[in-house]
Amino acid sequence: MDEMKDVVLQYVIDEYLEEDEEDEVTYDSPLISSGIVDSFSMVSLKKFLENKYKVKLPDEEATPEAFDTVNSICALVKKHMG
Amino acid sequence: MSNIGSYEERVKNFSWDIAKEVLDWKDGELLNIGAICSDRVCGMGKGSKPALIWEGFGGRSARYTFDDLKVYSNAFAGFLREQGMEPGDRICIFMDKIPSLYFSFLGILKIGAIVQPLFSAFGEESLEVRLASAETKAILTTVKHVKKVRKIRERLPHLEKVVVVDGNPDRLKGDEIFFDVEKYPAIKEFDVYRSDSETPSVLHYTSGTTGQPKGALHVHNSIWGQALTANWVLDLRDDDIYWCTADPGWVTGTSYGIIGPWSLGVTQCVLDSGFTSARWYQFIQDNKVSVWYSAPTAIRALMKDGGELVKKYDLSSLRHLASVGEPLNPEAVIWSGEVFGGLKFHDTFWQTETGAIMISNYPGMEIKPGSMGKPFPGIEASVLDLETHEPLTEPGKVGLIAFRPGWPSMFRQYWKRPDIYRSKFVGAREDAMPDELRTDKSLWYVSGDRASIDADGYFWFVGRDDDVINTGGHLVGPFEIESALVEHEAIAEAAAVGKPDKVNMEVVKAFVTLKPGYEPSEELELDIMNFIRKKLSPLAMPQEIEYVEKLPKTRSGKIVRRYLRALEWGEEVGDLSTLSDE
Repeated sequence: MDEMKDVVLQYVIDEYLEEDEEDEVTYDSPLISSGIVDSFSMVSLKKFLENKYKVKLPDEEATPEAFDTVNSICALVKKHMG
Repeated sequence: MSNIGSYEERVKNFSWDIAKEVLDWKDGELLNIGAICSDRVCGMGKGSKPALIWEGFGGRSARYTFDDLKVYSNAFAGFLREQGMEPGDRICIFMDKIPSLYFSFLGILKIGAIVQPLFSAFGEESLEVRLASAETKAILTTVKHVKKVRKIRERLPHLEKVVVVDGNPDRLKGDEIFFDVEKYPAIKEFDVYRSDSETPSVLHYTSGTTGQPKGALHVHNSIWGQALTANWVLDLRDDDIYWCTADPGWVTGTSYGIIGPWSLGVTQCVLDSGFTSARWYQFIQDNKVSVWYSAPTAIRALMKDGGELVKKYDLSSLRHLASVGEPLNPEAVIWSGEVFGGLKFHDTFWQTETGAIMISNYPGMEIKPGSMGKPFPGIEASVLDLETHEPLTEPGKVGLIAFRPGWPSMFRQYWKRPDIYRSKFVGAREDAMPDELRTDKSLWYVSGDRASIDADGYFWFVGRDDDVINTGGHLVGPFEIESALVEHEAIAEAAAVGKPDKVNMEVVKAFVTLKPGYEPSEELELDIMNFIRKKLSPLAMPQEIEYVEKLPKTRSGKIVRRYLRALEWGEEVGDLSTLSDE
């Protein structure tokens, strides 16, 4: 799980933050409600998770709340990894 | 009783001078939007009234009175004049919805310069194209967004000043200037530029089917349209707490997120944080919002979270709801009536070019769910036959939405593109210039949308008349996306179209052919998506990419987007005789 968190956190840092902002994000940092990831960009984050972990995340579960932190994202992915 | 009262009576007895009565305007007053929205309101004895109730992410909040609005907009005006900015210069605001955005908007107008607001989620290429087109002289931005400016600055010879309005001044680079409005010496009275009705005010960029985005230029005279529609359509009153959810990077966020409400001296709220339904309801409850102007995409996202969530909040302060950006589906209208104590969202229709609401459902008038409503009093609207461009008289027949030119908030030109401006007017002479076109009441201005009119005079939206993609209420140009797509190392050719989406009405889908040596894969699809998101914006990012062997083209080699779009929407493909056989 921790490895997954690290991977997802690193992806968020690489893709959605500028160079000197990485210190500000942790596993519990709000991503959607803070505006780091907007609703359109959630689509690419979801695609990354599906590609990386070979899962299908149903649209009805890929909500702003479920994608709001690295912790909640990883919980959702785990649930669908079987 | 609503401000508009009887719609029919207003239509019969209409004059734009009513806007002056609503504002209690005296002959000889200074027509400068920056001053009207701040100094003038203070002069009417409302200086201590809240103007802006602001909340950001993480519990940050601030409140500003109209006195504050005056002093802080004066500070921006004084600072910009000190920096050598002159009337007519284009000054870009590139920020999230922070208070300085609102202060600087008015401050720029106070020196007679032109505000160029740009959506802060734009990537560097979207930003560069718009700054280059406008030959923008200064940009006001934040520590978060200045990084994008740095990447393109050397290619923008006209960009003399880069001003950062927050953060740590020690982290600025080169000749960037730090400006903290709240620490600037207070300017109680500022010598506001003596603008007149035709002085340019705001330059909003909007996307078209072909070519790069065009700058729709507005003038200070727009205030009459914006103030009167805010009064009659949004029904704003002196004691309202008003929330316009739009970002001032787009026209709704300036016409109705700044100019309309503040010209009337109305208190407004701004929420600068990411969207969640719970956060929005909490914001309404905490601030006792009474009038709420939002967008179908947001309303449908709220619908997804259901009516039970609504019940957890006290939203009894709400009294009027309106919507703009794309057609509001009937289900959303009915749902809002069910969950917001009988209040239904009133759909409104207008566009960047019109500057103010043109067709709307009005307070007190029966809403036909799914309809755009009726033309604003004083606006002559019609639908024109697709071939002959004659007004259609038969109810239900689909044509082009068109308006007789001459309303106050009409755009005055596309920045340095009189040819494109001319192309928007049916029946225009080939050599007609913008000033003639915008006042010639024998012409029709064509909006680019299709609709029908029913027997009761209600307009019903059908769709765009071109290839522009309306995603989440924002227009995205396919050409801009395709140009960016072919810059990706793997892509040979590309076409971008809209595909149906439950929340955003449509989203971008790209069809691409790959260069030799590249194979289709999920990883490549994600890489292309992120490439466009960073280069242009999240709105422009294709949410699906389809790899194809070849793209449908005419014999002259032009990509036939309408064919691809029709397939996505399950529509008739139409005449394919011009397609190449290759």
